[in-house]
Amino acid sequence: MDLFEHQAKEIFAQYGVPVPTGKVATTPDEARAIAQGLGGRVVVKAQVKAGGRGKAGGVKVADDAADAEAKAKAILGMDIKGHTVHKVLVENASAIAEEYYASFLLDRANRTFLAMCSSEGGMEIEEVAATKPEMLARVPIDPLVGVDLALARSIAEQGHLPAAALDGAAELLEKLWKVFVGEDSTLVEVNPLILTADGKVVALDGKVSLDENAGFRHESHAALEDKSAVDPLEQLAKEKDLNYVKLEGSVGIIGNGAGLVMSTLDVVTYAGEEFGGQKPANFLDIGGGASAQVMADGLSIILGDPDVKSVFVNIFGGITSCDAVANGIVQALALLGGSATKPLVVRLDGNNVVEGRRILDEAGLPVVHLEDTMDGAARKAAELASIAV
Amino acid sequence: MAIWLTENSKITVQGITGGEGSKHARRMVKAGTNVVSGVNARKAGTDLDGIPVLGSVKEAMDTTGADVSVVFVPPAFVKDAVLEAIDAHMPLIVVITEGIPVHDSTEFYAHSLKVGKSRIIGPNCPGIASPGKSNAGIIPADITPGGRIGLVSKSGTLTYQMMYELRDFGFSTCVGIGGDPVIGTTHIDALDAFEADPETDAIVMIGEIGGDAEERAAAHVDEHITKPVVGYVAGFTAPEGKTMGHAGAIISGSSGTAQAKKEALEKAGVRVGKTPSETAQLMKEIMRNR
Repeated sequence: MDLFEHQAKEIFAQYGVPVPTGKVATTPDEARAIAQGLGGRVVVKAQVKAGGRGKAGGVKVADDAADAEAKAKAILGMDIKGHTVHKVLVENASAIAEEYYASFLLDRANRTFLAMCSSEGGMEIEEVAATKPEMLARVPIDPLVGVDLALARSIAEQGHLPAAALDGAAELLEKLWKVFVGEDSTLVEVNPLILTADGKVVALDGKVSLDENAGFRHESHAALEDKSAVDPLEQLAKEKDLNYVKLEGSVGIIGNGAGLVMSTLDVVTYAGEEFGGQKPANFLDIGGGASAQVMADGLSIILGDPDVKSVFVNIFGGITSCDAVANGIVQALALLGGSATKPLVVRLDGNNVVEGRRILDEAGLPVVHLEDTMDGAARKAAELASIAV
Repeated sequence: MAIWLTENSKITVQGITGGEGSKHARRMVKAGTNVVSGVNARKAGTDLDGIPVLGSVKEAMDTTGADVSVVFVPPAFVKDAVLEAIDAHMPLIVVITEGIPVHDSTEFYAHSLKVGKSRIIGPNCPGIASPGKSNAGIIPADITPGGRIGLVSKSGTLTYQMMYELRDFGFSTCVGIGGDPVIGTTHIDALDAFEADPETDAIVMIGEIGGDAEERAAAHVDEHITKPVVGYVAGFTAPEGKTMGHAGAIISGSSGTAQAKKEALEKAGVRVGKTPSETAQLMKEIMRNR
């Protein structure tokens, strides 16, 4: 889960990472009040989870409270790379002497953690990596040892930070590492990290990604989720503990196992090319134990999606046998009653498949189309979606 | 011979008294696996259908000769369970549990490298099966008989699907390496083991979006693998920035796409199927023309 800048900075502050003083506003009035309280020049910054805010006009300096209100008015509601701005961060303007870059992240390829640091800050770090790779330090961090003040200083030195910034940067990096570990982050990034005119090192921006698997040991993380940005069907699925992603097509997909469902999306897309470009409407993995209730929950979410014209249930009976899945489908349709009118193409394979097919055959459900293979079922589902009105 | 797991493997189950642990311990036994013990410090001295529950992994190794541990404990307890197995020098640790914080898996992986005595498979994986010999994890044992194909996959159900499609030929070993961002055993590790295994003639490799493990594996095949390899990658139509079920299955910007993985594999001479059935077809041709 990616956080907004203001959320990242609130966490930074808890760990003692220096950040400018500021607060979030959702209206121009609030922005003015905050600017009034802060006094002097402030910066009004759009809170969106996208890069390039500055270039898009989402970051503006305001001379006083009235100006802050005007700037907030201009920024709120703005569209930045498809993200609507619902809130702005109003904070004290900093006197910037120099801009640097620093981050800690999970290095998947090397299965360890990585520190990155550069004296070239304030621009996209990918650009620095591409044009001046010698200026970007990449320092592997031993997960069993972590980062102490001495290593933090070394990271800053390897990033070519000037002597004047080293003490401040080392202290900040040591605390930033504590954020990374303490909050179960997969990324903490400060860009720019600044040296102020009076010699302080401050995190002027902040980006944090949290590991959702670690939610069980961070009660505070649930409140950080931006519910307004979540698709309502995705929200509903989450409440039912289902692994669902809304997509743009018309063929609803249910399967067991993440890999099989991803594969199903592909196979349906290929099959759909023959039928006017029919595409999957969603990703839904109901997991290994496909009970009747889980099947009913999944089906009700998919059938509740107005974009869905047909549904493809793709099950490989492994741990759960096909007869249990077939019973699940029959019971799910009974639970849903008359609301389940869209065609349901079912492919069952694997454990106890003969019995599973027999159960579906005997149930004589008019909406169910039983197919033998994954490819054939994908074709059928795409065809049915294309002829549905 | 098979890789990593043979008819001689002796298995202990960490978390054998839990719902998943007991269910799958019984399934493993039914599949002919030699499950010698289970571990749960709080229930030491009890048993599951006659399988003794012991107080520690070390005890399981010392008294029952366990050389494989399958871990079913809940996510919050996995780190300590795996660290314990590493410190006991358990040779093979198979972590089935899903939903483990990546800081925990990164830490226990680093610890396993430091101690240098254990191979970890997973986390968030279906385990490893050498059909007809032994089954460590949750892979259904009755899909396929033994044979001479090796399989390595990030995905559980796609593993089962491929085993099913190729059941007429059978498998030496099937390894589910898991779909998390940090895993103990990679495609490359399995490719090397299959290359060295005299009972494996050809290899199926299944990948999915996210990370660059498949690209690295492709480079490795090009340089080190002489046995025929066919590949499959799931997630060609997955959108950018969305996690598709597995924690590691996410396209970030332009990295981690299925297309890039397919191209890298094909460049290395791996024949890549567009669908699971097409992939199986490619392997059937190889096995028939041996």
